[in-house]
Amino acid sequence: MREKLIYLFSAIAAVLLAWDLYRVFMVLPDEANQGAIYRIIYFHVPAAMTSLLGFFVAMVCSALYLITRNLRFDSVAAAVTEVGVVFAAVNLVTGSIWGRIIWGIWWTWDARLTSMLVCWLLYAGYLMLRRAIDEPTQRARLSAVLSIFAFVDVIIVWKSIEWWRTQHPGPVLSIRNGGGMAPGMESPLWWNVLAMALVATSLVLLRMRQEGIRREIDALRRYAHAL
Amino acid sequence: MDTRNFTFMFYGFLAAWIIVLGYVVSIAMRESRLRKELDRVRQMIEGREK
Repeated sequence: MREKLIYLFSAIAAVLLAWDLYRVFMVLPDEANQGAIYRIIYFHVPAAMTSLLGFFVAMVCSALYLITRNLRFDSVAAAVTEVGVVFAAVNLVTGSIWGRIIWGIWWTWDARLTSMLVCWLLYAGYLMLRRAIDEPTQRARLSAVLSIFAFVDVIIVWKSIEWWRTQHPGPVLSIRNGGGMAPGMESPLWWNVLAMALVATSLVLLRMRQEGIRREIDALRRYAHAL
Repeated sequence: MDTRNFTFMFYGFLAAWIIVLGYVVSIAMRESRLRKELDRVRQMIEGREK
């Protein structure tokens, strides 16, 4: 069942991405002020949304682990966090390249950029913490606590463009009352959000399968020690 | 400016794909390593049980 879902989600994501790339490059015109470079938004924003959504799921699963002590929730949290960190890296790198053209600089310590970098570092730290602890229940408990605390920064990232007016543009999308994009330019972005979410879900399912193998190895090792 | 603008857009898309594809490759390598480790632990247990 899991394998079928991985193939299904990947196939839908591939079709959506191909269709969206065609629209972004062949149909949409250049933006009046930014020219061609504005098209980075079609990867930059969906990658951010995918990663932040992933960190939210990780926070929920971490809380559920602390309540139920079921290691499956820990596996989901670990898988979703890892995939979230990858998409957060896509967001940071594409934003930096975009900033180089629009602002003339690769990086600035603006509220949104800094909070997103801190977010990436926190969740990268979560993954390093997991590698450093061998005992599964201790690893799950400590990483769940870190995941819940780290989520505070996700809220700061989301609200930073409203709370502080620094270099990064304010809300642009219509769901945040931004109104900064023409409707024809906004819809491909939402389709790309869906496509990236499907890619991320496939990757999470793959990682969960690996976490299952890892749990089996841990159990067999404990059994081997008992022999 | 326009050429540079277009070039950097290309770099942006390329960087995004490289990061995602690099991660997919790392997942595939990890899967193969985990399966080998699982086989090794199973063989070790079979050896001890005999």
